[in-house]
Amino acid sequence: MTDFLLELRSEEIPARMQDKARDDLARLFTAELAKAGIATGPLVTYATPRRLALIARDLPAETAAVSEETKGPRTSAPPQALEGFLRKTGLTQEQLVDRDGIYYAVVDKPGRATAAVLAEAIPAIIRAFPWPKAMRWGDASTSTESLRWVRPLQGIVALLGTEIVPVEIAGITSGAATVGHRLHHSGPITIGSASDYAEKLHAAHVIVDQDDRRALIRARAEALAAEAGLDLIPDDGLVAENAGLTEWPVPLLGRFDPAFLDVPPEVIQLTARVNQKYFVCRDGDGKLANAFICTANIDASDGGAKIVEGNRKVLAARLSDAKFFYDTDLKVPLEEQAKKLEQIVFHEKLGTVADKVDRVARLARWLVEEGIVTDASSFPGEGRAPAGEQPLAEGSASSPQPSQLDPRLHRGTASLADLADRAARLAKADLVTGMVGEFPELQGLMGGYYARAQGEDPRVAAAIRDHYKPVGQGDDVPTDPVTVAVSLADKLDTVAQFFGADLKPTGSKDPFALRRSGLAIIALITKNGIRVPFYPATTKALDRSSNTGSTDILDFLIDRLKVQQREAGVRHDLIDAVFALGGEDDLVRLLARVHALQAFIGTADGTNLLAGYKRAANILKKEAPAGEGDHAAAQQPLSYTPEPAEAALIAALDTAEPAAAEAIAREDFERAMAALATLRGPIDAFFDTVTVNDPDGDKRGARLALLDRVRAAVHNVADFSKIEG
Amino acid sequence: MILTLHDYWSDRGCLILQPYDMAMGAGTFHPATTLRALGPTPWNAAFVQPCRRPTDGRYGENPNRLQHYYQYQVILKPSPADLQDLYLGSLRAIGIDMQLHDIRFVEDDWESPTLGAWGLGWEVWCDGMEVTQFTYFQQMGGYDMKPVAGELTYGLERLAMYIQNKDSVYDLAFNDAGVTYGDVFHENEVEMSTWNFEVADTDALFDLFRKHVAECENSLNRRLPIPAYEQAIKASHVFNLLQARGVISVAERQAYMGRVRDLAKGACGAWIDKNADDWTARFPHWSAA
Repeated sequence: MTDFLLELRSEEIPARMQDKARDDLARLFTAELAKAGIATGPLVTYATPRRLALIARDLPAETAAVSEETKGPRTSAPPQALEGFLRKTGLTQEQLVDRDGIYYAVVDKPGRATAAVLAEAIPAIIRAFPWPKAMRWGDASTSTESLRWVRPLQGIVALLGTEIVPVEIAGITSGAATVGHRLHHSGPITIGSASDYAEKLHAAHVIVDQDDRRALIRARAEALAAEAGLDLIPDDGLVAENAGLTEWPVPLLGRFDPAFLDVPPEVIQLTARVNQKYFVCRDGDGKLANAFICTANIDASDGGAKIVEGNRKVLAARLSDAKFFYDTDLKVPLEEQAKKLEQIVFHEKLGTVADKVDRVARLARWLVEEGIVTDASSFPGEGRAPAGEQPLAEGSASSPQPSQLDPRLHRGTASLADLADRAARLAKADLVTGMVGEFPELQGLMGGYYARAQGEDPRVAAAIRDHYKPVGQGDDVPTDPVTVAVSLADKLDTVAQFFGADLKPTGSKDPFALRRSGLAIIALITKNGIRVPFYPATTKALDRSSNTGSTDILDFLIDRLKVQQREAGVRHDLIDAVFALGGEDDLVRLLARVHALQAFIGTADGTNLLAGYKRAANILKKEAPAGEGDHAAAQQPLSYTPEPAEAALIAALDTAEPAAAEAIAREDFERAMAALATLRGPIDAFFDTVTVNDPDGDKRGARLALLDRVRAAVHNVADFSKIEG
Repeated sequence: MILTLHDYWSDRGCLILQPYDMAMGAGTFHPATTLRALGPTPWNAAFVQPCRRPTDGRYGENPNRLQHYYQYQVILKPSPADLQDLYLGSLRAIGIDMQLHDIRFVEDDWESPTLGAWGLGWEVWCDGMEVTQFTYFQQMGGYDMKPVAGELTYGLERLAMYIQNKDSVYDLAFNDAGVTYGDVFHENEVEMSTWNFEVADTDALFDLFRKHVAECENSLNRRLPIPAYEQAIKASHVFNLLQARGVISVAERQAYMGRVRDLAKGACGAWIDKNADDWTARFPHWSAA
């Protein structure tokens, strides 16, 4: 058993591609060796900017010898069949084995040296490598058939044990030599075997294991922050990216001019992270500190002083750009900015963003005026931010220009409808600001800052900031009614409009992220307990007189509800069972019913009632396909004396039906289930002692009607026929 | 600094050329890059090229954004195997101490929609500042590079700010006698920004655009790729001016860029056509297809 080392050295591999490249290398290696009959154990893979490496432990020295047997014709078959078989196998008749009257060709394949297998596998892996983008280079690229790699490939180390596996591809010959760090080490390094690879590279200032580099960056950055009395804001993506840009990472802490702290902290953090790949820190009060941590790729001879100084200047230039955008944006009232939205097309079939804003504002107002979103519905607190959010910081703006605000908005007496309308009309205005143009991911957030600084009501500012939320599962769900109204109206508008224009998601295609909007709608209403009647709401959103199209949208939302509730462990068939009753377009009520149903089905009463229901439904399906024994008939006085169990079931229904109906009217679904549970004993007894299919037609008809009455009573709560099991 | 780079690249076999006497958005537009990058003939050249980017003007108020600045271009075809080392050597030559400064190659794929060109490479960072664009051209004018050329584009002002340790481009020393970059160029930035953004006659510019397009086609009809390419450069610059004047909508923008790209592709195609026989004769492994 021998260890194998492969290193593919190239010019700098983009950081974002390195993790997948390691996986691809392991996968292709395993597949190539499997073809030759070599099973590989666990593989170790490494990636740095300049090399991709793999170590396979305990490979056999050669592949196992195999004996391949091919079944041929019967010995009694005509000669043509035998001739054909001999041609195919390349054997003579004497070499065939006769077993039980059938010819077999037996070919013994000797084992192959693993080194030979590897020598074929390595070029195959290199040629098949699925880089997201690959290129040609150098003299060979006169032909477009020349090798493609992520960047020019420069060297191959291939060692089986201590022996070089000979490979030649694109003018590169494999060997035992590689190079160390670009600036800390010059000249070749000779690798002895897989076992001294990492160690020899380390001596040449290369930490080949990406996990070690990541750990080092994380630990050192934390230590630097702590030494400065600060807390590092952790960022694993940034750790991985810096580890992908360095072979010898050296985190360094620098300071920037505290005057830049006037710019919102999110902007500073984003500029530092996206443009410069720097970490940032918080001070003891949890506020962003005027410090950054960059990750150099060398141990500079001056301890990094010049590097920190250079990086400080670059960051200062970036921050002054950001500050310029911020100060410029602040001078223009959002109301003015919003006018520019007329120039931006939302979707060619759905008008401009200004059109959308107008629709959302009217819908948000409607949601409030209809009493769907109310101040009492959740948190009545003034401008209260969602849990886990910082309250809006005071902007550092110079005083805003006078704007034509509704004066009531300033007196703090504005109605919820006015606040929601105002917030909706300003919510998208930041899309045309310089800052959001530079950093699109700051949409909403910047609008919130500008609104606050320009004297908008704090609840309006918070709604502008948070109206995109929730973005994906796990994101904070807004709870302030102003925000809820705007966020809900925005997403309802998006879903309804795209459905109205027949741009629905299909299969895996959802180009307008309508499924995400659907989930956000569900999160908003379930989290806040908002009772949205979807038929009127979607009709309003589509500005139509009838609810054409609303059914499609409701079906879509129910599907999303199933997806969302699956994580909470709610059975999708129970959602169907309740939804199948029809007429229910209030998802909160629907869900309450589903929750009660799921609890009930889990009890012995529930299971038995379901069994009784199914039995009743089956009999009805078989015996009364055309409405024989309809519900009304069950209310008629009986023409005969009922059997005791029959009388008991009638009595139980007489009690349970009004009790269940009354509980449902109060939306007390537990109580409704409890009322139905009282039917379980009488139903069981009925089936045990009473014959439905009585020869007497009157009795048969009355009993079928009684079963239908049972089914109808159960359907008050849910369509049990949709329940699985 | 320019003299040092000239010496350095001249010693490594590059022709030292002069700037092209036309307004263009980047050194890559210089025919010594665009046209000469096509075909199998080895080509190594270095030159300074002034660049004009009307929309980047800031009226002389931003410390490092200019509507007119200088690039140092090196083009090496085919791309040599030690191009990265050659490049690092040039940084050492102009005085960057690699034991004190952090040089990194950060992914940056280059694309020029108006030239129909793209390549893979990096932006080179020196202590976090982008100082060079390093590209292996893969296509030019829509044609595959056969062979691939390596292109280095140094930002001369940025490197100078670095070496002279200045925070603003206008504070750079132009000589040892106290003349600054600002003395030479500040008024130019103010006036040109004003003209680019506020004054330029847009009707005349639209007219010019049409005339350059027509003249490019005229030249192509006469199998004159070099004049045709010059007209493409001019049309491209007029388009940039119209952009700065804000009179081209987002929807129209794509169409205009497409027009310029078609001109550039036409010129590149004509250049290949005209040279194909000669190239095929001298380089048997090369083929136009």
